[in-house]
Amino acid sequence: MSTAVEHASLGTDPNAEHTEHAGHGNSHYYLVALALAILTGLEVLLSYIDIGAAFMPLLLTLMMIKFIMVVLEFMHLRKDAKVFHFLFWSGFLLAIAVYIGFLATFKFFLQP
Amino acid sequence: MSTAAVAEHGTSHDDHGGGHGHTSTGLSNNKLAMWLFLGSECLLFGGLISTYMLYRGRHVKGPGPDQVFSIPYTSVSSFVLLMSSLTMVLAVAEAQKRNIDKAKLWMTVTAVLGATFVGGQVFEFTEFYRKGLGYTTSLFGSSFYTLTGFHGVHVTVGIIMLMATVGMLKSNKVPGDKAEVIELVGLYWHFVDIVWILIFTLVYLIPA
Repeated sequence: MSTAVEHASLGTDPNAEHTEHAGHGNSHYYLVALALAILTGLEVLLSYIDIGAAFMPLLLTLMMIKFIMVVLEFMHLRKDAKVFHFLFWSGFLLAIAVYIGFLATFKFFLQP
Repeated sequence: MSTAAVAEHGTSHDDHGGGHGHTSTGLSNNKLAMWLFLGSECLLFGGLISTYMLYRGRHVKGPGPDQVFSIPYTSVSSFVLLMSSLTMVLAVAEAQKRNIDKAKLWMTVTAVLGATFVGGQVFEFTEFYRKGLGYTTSLFGSSFYTLTGFHGVHVTVGIIMLMATVGMLKSNKVPGDKAEVIELVGLYWHFVDIVWILIFTLVYLIPA
């Protein structure tokens, strides 16, 4: 049988999971959705105006903020077990690393 | 598992309640498997997005991205998918409060929003085809349709999962913890949404 020490090391508290999620008021989710909608609007706006070299980093930053907001708030990863963080982010970071390597092999970053 | 141990956990092997039965991690194995699956899906979509990034400028024959994409149209469909994530999380929240009827309603709304998105994507593909962009017209066309098509298939599978879950909940055929089942469907749905967040920016908003 698993012990409290084992659960602590995995960042798990099986009895707390559902109650933590249910503890949120729904207004929290509406606020996150509103923020996501505003960020999407900003992204679209950026694609229509010329801000020079800042365009790409700004757009990618907004994209990552939206991505992380959905993962942490809507998928409840912020309050979930550490092992779920590990499983998801390791897959995500591995994908980024592998495909940056892949694109570098094809000299993608040197293309005009 | 002894009777005392069952009493301590407030659950047994057959009961996948809040305590998730007895697992070595203390976590639900179903949820663990879903997160592992989603982690592996990152690699699938990473590959498709990278291939598109590499080939988006390769269109000797046929139109290029700038000639076919309609940012206002795609922005609206992106908004629809984002809002479906809201309705999905509301379904999960209601399920965790044991309001299964409300959860079913939010899941149905999510499925309708998802279907709207897929319908929009089919219309978009039809428009692109009319503009001369077929699947084999150019490397840009092939990589674009493969990426967005795979995403569309994932959304469609999500809609089927949602409607199947609603149907099973109605006929009381969901075994164990209903809230967890709805949460698992929700995790898949949100993943489909975050993939679109990446596709919308990297494919549609960044000029080729």
